[in-house]
Amino acid sequence: MKARRSMLFVPGDNPAMLSTAFVYKPDSVMFDLEDAVSPREKDSARLLVFHALSLAAYKDIERVVRINRLDSEYGLKDLAVAVKGRAHVVRLPKTDSAEDIRELEAHITRLEKEYGRPTGETKLIAAIESASGVVNALTIATASPRMIAIALAGFDYLVDMQTRRSSGSEPELFYARAAVLHSARAARIDAFDVAYGDVNDDEGFLREVQIAKQLGFNGKSLVHPRQVELLHRAYAPTQTELERAKRVIAAAEAAHRNGLGVVSLDGKMIDPPVIHEAELVLSRGQVA
Amino acid sequence: MKIVKEAIAGTLESSDLLVKVAPSSARTLDVTIRSEVIKQFGKQIRRVVTETLNKLEVSEGTVVIEDKGALDYAVQARVQAAVLRGANSEELNWEQLS
Amino acid sequence: MNTLLEELSKQNSQISRLEEFAGANANAPYLADPNTKLHRKMCGSLEEAIKRSGLKNGMTISFHHGFREGDKVINKVVDALARMGFKDLTLASSSLLNCHDPLIEHIKNGVITRIYTSGLRGKLGAAVSNGLLSVPVQIHSHGGRVHLIQSGELQIDVAFLGVSCCDEFGNANGSHGKLSCGSLGYAKVDAQYARNVVLLTPEIVAFPNYPASISQDRVDLIVQMEDIGDPSLIGVGAARVTKNPRELLIARRAADVIEHSGYFKEGFSMQTGSGAASTAATRFLEERMSAKGITAGFALGGITGAIADVHKKGLIKTVVDVQSFDRDAAESLAASPAHLEISANEYANPTSKATYVDRVDVVILSALEVDLGFNVNVITGSDGVIRGASGGHCDVAAAANLTIVVAPLVRGRIPTVARRVATVVTPGESVDVLVTDHGIAVNPKRPEVEQRLRDAHLPVMTIEELHERAVALTGEPEPLEFTERIVGIVRYRDGSVIDVVRQVKN
Repeated sequence: MKARRSMLFVPGDNPAMLSTAFVYKPDSVMFDLEDAVSPREKDSARLLVFHALSLAAYKDIERVVRINRLDSEYGLKDLAVAVKGRAHVVRLPKTDSAEDIRELEAHITRLEKEYGRPTGETKLIAAIESASGVVNALTIATASPRMIAIALAGFDYLVDMQTRRSSGSEPELFYARAAVLHSARAARIDAFDVAYGDVNDDEGFLREVQIAKQLGFNGKSLVHPRQVELLHRAYAPTQTELERAKRVIAAAEAAHRNGLGVVSLDGKMIDPPVIHEAELVLSRGQVA
Repeated sequence: MKIVKEAIAGTLESSDLLVKVAPSSARTLDVTIRSEVIKQFGKQIRRVVTETLNKLEVSEGTVVIEDKGALDYAVQARVQAAVLRGANSEELNWEQLS
Repeated sequence: MNTLLEELSKQNSQISRLEEFAGANANAPYLADPNTKLHRKMCGSLEEAIKRSGLKNGMTISFHHGFREGDKVINKVVDALARMGFKDLTLASSSLLNCHDPLIEHIKNGVITRIYTSGLRGKLGAAVSNGLLSVPVQIHSHGGRVHLIQSGELQIDVAFLGVSCCDEFGNANGSHGKLSCGSLGYAKVDAQYARNVVLLTPEIVAFPNYPASISQDRVDLIVQMEDIGDPSLIGVGAARVTKNPRELLIARRAADVIEHSGYFKEGFSMQTGSGAASTAATRFLEERMSAKGITAGFALGGITGAIADVHKKGLIKTVVDVQSFDRDAAESLAASPAHLEISANEYANPTSKATYVDRVDVVILSALEVDLGFNVNVITGSDGVIRGASGGHCDVAAAANLTIVVAPLVRGRIPTVARRVATVVTPGESVDVLVTDHGIAVNPKRPEVEQRLRDAHLPVMTIEELHERAVALTGEPEPLEFTERIVGIVRYRDGSVIDVVRQVKN
């Protein structure tokens, strides 16, 4: 199981960051062509991201490209770069409905054929940034077999909701978080919590991480390299949890090798959900 | 590609480079490179710039580069961006860009 | 009638030459006059002190660099010497920094013709690299400087030492007073060995002044000088930990290495260099010390406010200070009885009877370049120009149980790991671990350390792999080009020549 705790945003027009983001070993790196890049620089950033995608240093990290919306003048060109540049995942901002995903998928399939990539190789993440998106989260999450995660994007969503962030228990995000999470779980894909913009506030960041973790979010969108390590540590299992998870997996593997249908450990039967949970725990064991 | 107007791409930030292209009056290709690391990587930068321009089939123009320690991929990208801007082109021709 | 002496030598011809008593004050004439008895050392001006010091052309003058970038003494004194027409002087400062660029003019005009220093930076370093001096500059370590003085190679005629406060007799320190620089560790050595010691101070205080880092019995002349230095330019305070995520990553990794090195036990001793990653490492180490209930026996240095802070919290028992890197460290020296001031001789001179570096368990140092043999360059930059200092690097590296060097693998486009460093300052045999943001390399001669780090799942790889990663990113740099001419001699701590610096080709 691939750990998908940390998705580090890297502005596509910033070579200094493009050249160094991999040292922080995030689970995924998201090259941003959308909000981080001014309209005048979209073309130049696109080329930077295209070339950065093939840097050897990014070989072992999941590569995500956040394209501009397809109804903008930039979206399709961004998509061409993402697919031609062999990004693993395309992240679509401001996804409001399943139709947005289907439209994107049609273009990607076409581009994969054109560029000789296996059909279906490029995966999708939908970013939910509005009330519509939240309400449509389930249909969005199930709109395509390419979908691997949905992410909640806090800032634009709250603007759409005519409110703003508070600090503390954040009732203003409660429903959106719950909706996104349930949709993700029902669709059996990952869920990402909102980005935390105050990069100097470690305590606030960790408080929010605890909430997200407790709710069940797989991970979080990150806007600063420092947040990667903090997040990984917060999600790290205890030594006890890790030991138990290893034993569960070992038991499952042993049962498989011996052709047994039932997995047991310490005299008790181990259900598939328990094995699944053990895999999740192991995937979070690698902190740095 | 033909450079038909002056154009700039990139910045003078650390690890970036500023690329200025302009049409040539003399039907020549003139490349000037200034770099913080000219001693160690001057040759390499020139190689990448020349290759990039060749692939784009640029045979005329003046290109001035002010490098702040950018890696090869950034040199490639910024030169391509400047040339495309200077040629008034938005086309992504993969054979020329890869 | 026989004098006493005649009688003595008649009875004992073996008795060596003695003098007959000639009056209570015959050999201390200054006692005769109440004014000279008490005030004889005071000079009305720097010029007066220079005249009275007996300085002549061709002699050697010395300074300390306790005020680091805030130092004003060197420029003021050399300006005065130039005005007074001095020529052909040897300048022996414990180190030189960017603020000492004005020396370039004085070198051009022949006021200074030879330099002994631990480091050269800024325009001065560049000028020397381009051949400004007709004689190569001698670059030594902090401990090595003392050895050169004791061996007689470096004979200081006049030492000009800036101190924060001083009484009329010369009892002086750097830790009390408005313009304080903290420890006078380097100045103490000059005060001991210079033929003539001139103290420059903004504050003349009541007699007797204490603590006396420099004692009255070593001081010849005193000048009141308003502006000896700017303490705010010594360094950043403890509160300013770097926010640079790359430096933090490296610092945390260094703390991880120490934690799993086998040396992280109750009572261990430590030292950190002055770079941002080193200071940040102190904070991460503190976290681990708190978590495991481990206190350090002592911290040596180069003391930062971060160390002083951990000391205040009770996690470092004793602080041993040869130089205070910032105001908080200077304040701690004044305030805490367990914050000790030591001289460079006690700190690092390999030929002294004992040095503190010998008892250091773990040290974190920085580097400009490291090569595949773990040799470290801290003196010449990637362009071959002198822009750093030998400092205490090779001293503590040679003696410490575990020497850790921290650096980003790539700085801009320049790889830190090279096939061969441009200048060797610290030999690879003294360096145990290299910590970078891409990974950790352990010197093959420390397999047990490597095993411990691997067991702790730290990202360990060979130094060759680190080098490959760097070059994969940046491309292979062209080798630097130098002329034949030697412009700098790098002296190892025992005085031997470990490398030379050549003039850069332009």
